[in-house]
Amino acid sequence: MPQNKVLLSLRGLRKTFDTQEAVSGLDLDVYEGEFITLLGPSGCGKTTTLRIIAGLEMPTAGRVFLDGEDITRLAPEKREVNTVFQNYALFPHMNVWKNIAYGLRMRGASRAEIDEKVPQMLEMVQLEGFGRRLPSQLSGGQRQRVAIARSLILSPKLLLLDEPLGALDLQLRRQMQQELKRMQRQLGITFIYITHDQEEAMTMSDRIALMRDGRFVQLDTPKGLYEQPRTAFAASFIGETNLISATASAVKDDEVLLDISGFEVPCACEDWITPGEQLLISLRAERLRLASQPVNMPCRVTGELLESQYAGSERTSLVRLPDGQVLHVRSATEGEQVPGEGSQVCVWWQQTTGVIVRDDREENQ
Amino acid sequence: MKPDGVTGRFQRSREALAFPMIAYAAVFVGLSLLYVIGLSLMTRGEDFSAGAPYTLNNFARIASLLYLRSLLQSLRLAFFTALFCLLLGYPFAYFMAKASARARTWIMLLLIVPFWTNALIRIYGWKILFAANGPINATLMAFGLISRPLKLLYTEFAVQVGMVYAMIPFMVLPVYSAVERMDWAMVEASRDLGASPARAFLTVTLPMTLPGVLAGLVLTFIPSIGLFFLSDILGGSNTMLWGNMVHNELLKSRDLPFAAALSVVLLALTGMVILIYRRMGGRAENMVF
Amino acid sequence: MKKNSAWAGVYMALVLVLLYLPILVVVLFSFNGNPGRTANFHFEGFSLQWYQALFNPATGYGQPLRTSLMVALWSVAISALLGSLGAIGLVRRPVRRSILGRVGNLALTLGEQIAVLPIMIPEIILGIALMVLLTLFGIPFGMLSLVLSHVAFCVPYIFITVRGRLASMDPGLEEAARDLGATPLKVLTTITLPLAMPAVVSGCLLAFAMSMDDFVISFFVNGPQTNTLPVKIYSSVKVGVPPHVNALCTVMLVVVFLIVAFSQMLQFGKLRRQERRDNRTGMAGQRTRKIKVL
Repeated sequence: MPQNKVLLSLRGLRKTFDTQEAVSGLDLDVYEGEFITLLGPSGCGKTTTLRIIAGLEMPTAGRVFLDGEDITRLAPEKREVNTVFQNYALFPHMNVWKNIAYGLRMRGASRAEIDEKVPQMLEMVQLEGFGRRLPSQLSGGQRQRVAIARSLILSPKLLLLDEPLGALDLQLRRQMQQELKRMQRQLGITFIYITHDQEEAMTMSDRIALMRDGRFVQLDTPKGLYEQPRTAFAASFIGETNLISATASAVKDDEVLLDISGFEVPCACEDWITPGEQLLISLRAERLRLASQPVNMPCRVTGELLESQYAGSERTSLVRLPDGQVLHVRSATEGEQVPGEGSQVCVWWQQTTGVIVRDDREENQ
Repeated sequence: MKPDGVTGRFQRSREALAFPMIAYAAVFVGLSLLYVIGLSLMTRGEDFSAGAPYTLNNFARIASLLYLRSLLQSLRLAFFTALFCLLLGYPFAYFMAKASARARTWIMLLLIVPFWTNALIRIYGWKILFAANGPINATLMAFGLISRPLKLLYTEFAVQVGMVYAMIPFMVLPVYSAVERMDWAMVEASRDLGASPARAFLTVTLPMTLPGVLAGLVLTFIPSIGLFFLSDILGGSNTMLWGNMVHNELLKSRDLPFAAALSVVLLALTGMVILIYRRMGGRAENMVF
Repeated sequence: MKKNSAWAGVYMALVLVLLYLPILVVVLFSFNGNPGRTANFHFEGFSLQWYQALFNPATGYGQPLRTSLMVALWSVAISALLGSLGAIGLVRRPVRRSILGRVGNLALTLGEQIAVLPIMIPEIILGIALMVLLTLFGIPFGMLSLVLSHVAFCVPYIFITVRGRLASMDPGLEEAARDLGATPLKVLTTITLPLAMPAVVSGCLLAFAMSMDDFVISFFVNGPQTNTLPVKIYSSVKVGVPPHVNALCTVMLVVVFLIVAFSQMLQFGKLRRQERRDNRTGMAGQRTRKIKVL
């Protein structure tokens, strides 16, 4: 569990390259011991942010605080922050041992200390006996582990990882995800992780900072991001969701009655809504249920079943609502009753499934 | 989005490392050349000196028939040198690049040895070959093809042969680099689409190896204009190329400003060629293989 | 890639024959037993007389050889320093927006172009330019003027070679080094320079050859007492075809051949060792084989 002490703070971070603004005003507090991921599509500014934290890039505006100290202008070699680069950046003219020992050498560590710590590191990343090998003689997964060992040996306050698993194949990636998570827990080092793979972010992180066009869209736990996305972008970036247009017909305390294609459906909502307002509701495909007969549930709609595909563990169906919008539904196949294509079906869900999101689909920088 | 690398401070102190080199070049290359240009505008003084009045007389002298003819001859020779080097050298480089790895190493070895051997030595061999009683004449006479020895030495022909001989590695090596780096898949694709070998060559190979060709042309053309020792040894007093002119004016006539003016003309010519090269997309990298 | 036809081989052989024709003549006649003036035209038995003549101090090749070597060594050493540092400093330059920054960048580019100029212009121009400049500065013509001039045209070779290597080096390596705690100086000494070393060496070899080979520039800046080898050869060859020059040429050829063959074998050896290591670790096939020449 992340402690409440703030290790890293970003305040008003801004970075402009030529005419492009890569990072547009970021504020973030990272807690000690947590595993936080910067998630987003390519070009959203996550790598730039990481580089600014590492000291490899100077922000155009804003500040970076580490343990309360302003390190914005501090040289990278003086920061207690280390990076695992995307392409590992192992020194080709040094063997594994020398690569791992490099940081200690730069610190002026004694030979004894190096001889003690490097084997420990090799053991931790399960590369005992690889000390003499050159990076060119290692596989991708092995290189990655050397890169991690090289950084961890310095016991940094903060470890930055820039899409470290990107170049690995699926099985290896899953394996490494688990190992990284285990290492992080074991060592208690704060990790800031970058990826564009939302599944990876969801499985590994304590918190996720979803980014787009240099800004944070939502900062939340994986569960929070999944169940309570705040914008259309956030909702569709994680998993598969339906974004359905609806009109607010009536407003109660913390509930709204939505008109979805002619059907009245309640939905929780804390924001201020005026009746008649156009809203966007996010409905996760796997949380929708299909029934051949109308169901007596508050959250239900009826539509025409366009097509239905069986895929072993689940079934994907497309249902067209009277106003033309299409719902994707993912249902379990066990004991299913399959309505025929073209027939009228009922789609229903639990009220907590529906989330009203801000429509930011058209938004650009 | 290209990151601009490590913090600004790092970059600037890095660049300072280049200062000695730039300072050295600024003095010994930049300043010296500027001085030559300045000299070309002066009038000759006693012995080896020069000074006021500042005049364009030297250039006016160059515009006379004598010098223009020499310029034309020099340019003609240099042009044909580049051309022959291209005609002979391109196929060689092309075949070399397509040869097996073992063959390539050997051919490269055989090519590099003369390249690294002193030019004077290699020209010297031609002097022997071309001599009236040299092997070429001797062989021709032995086979009864001629009754009297041909005058091969001390002709423009000898100079031309010597130049092509001396310059050909400078065509082969850049072209070879370019051909080797070429993506053969493109050629195969064009053949697959129905192009004959000749068309594939003209439309794919040639354009793709153009950087090498351009570099080779520049590397064989420019030096040829100034190779005065070549025309000295093989051409004798019959061939007064531009380089010889400069040499003469400097060391025999001791006319510093005039020699400087001749050099300036050469410099201007070189500048034009380089400009054209750059305009056509050439880069310095291609010139050091 | 289709293999070469037989005609290709014939063509290449013909060109190579032509390339070596004058060389063969020179080598052949260097062993000529004919002591007279027709020694380069009538072969009269095998003899090493001309090689002996070479070593005779009277023929006067000892001093020029020593001078050439000294000049080459000094020039290459100084150029290596200037050129390598220059390459490190200029290989990657950030785009600067400020006026001062842009002017600075422009100045650096200009400086770079001037430094590289010697290999792009005819040597005779540089020879004259250096000659008049050195006269103006009052620098005596001799070893000093030779070294100063040779450095001017050796620097570009080293600069371009090293810059090329550094440009293809992953800039992330230097960043990683700084991330791990290396100061900018340490980055240079532990990462940049070691990785650039092969290019420095090959650049130096190239520069050495260019210096030993140089005739035109040395001609203009050498002193009354100091002659480099090519200049001495020129004066011998200009008037005739003295046979001891044949011997000298043969010797130089053999030396060059040995050096080039040696370095090729080093390349091959390295490749072979790499292959063996690859096969052991099962990495064969992931390596691109390129036989680079120097």
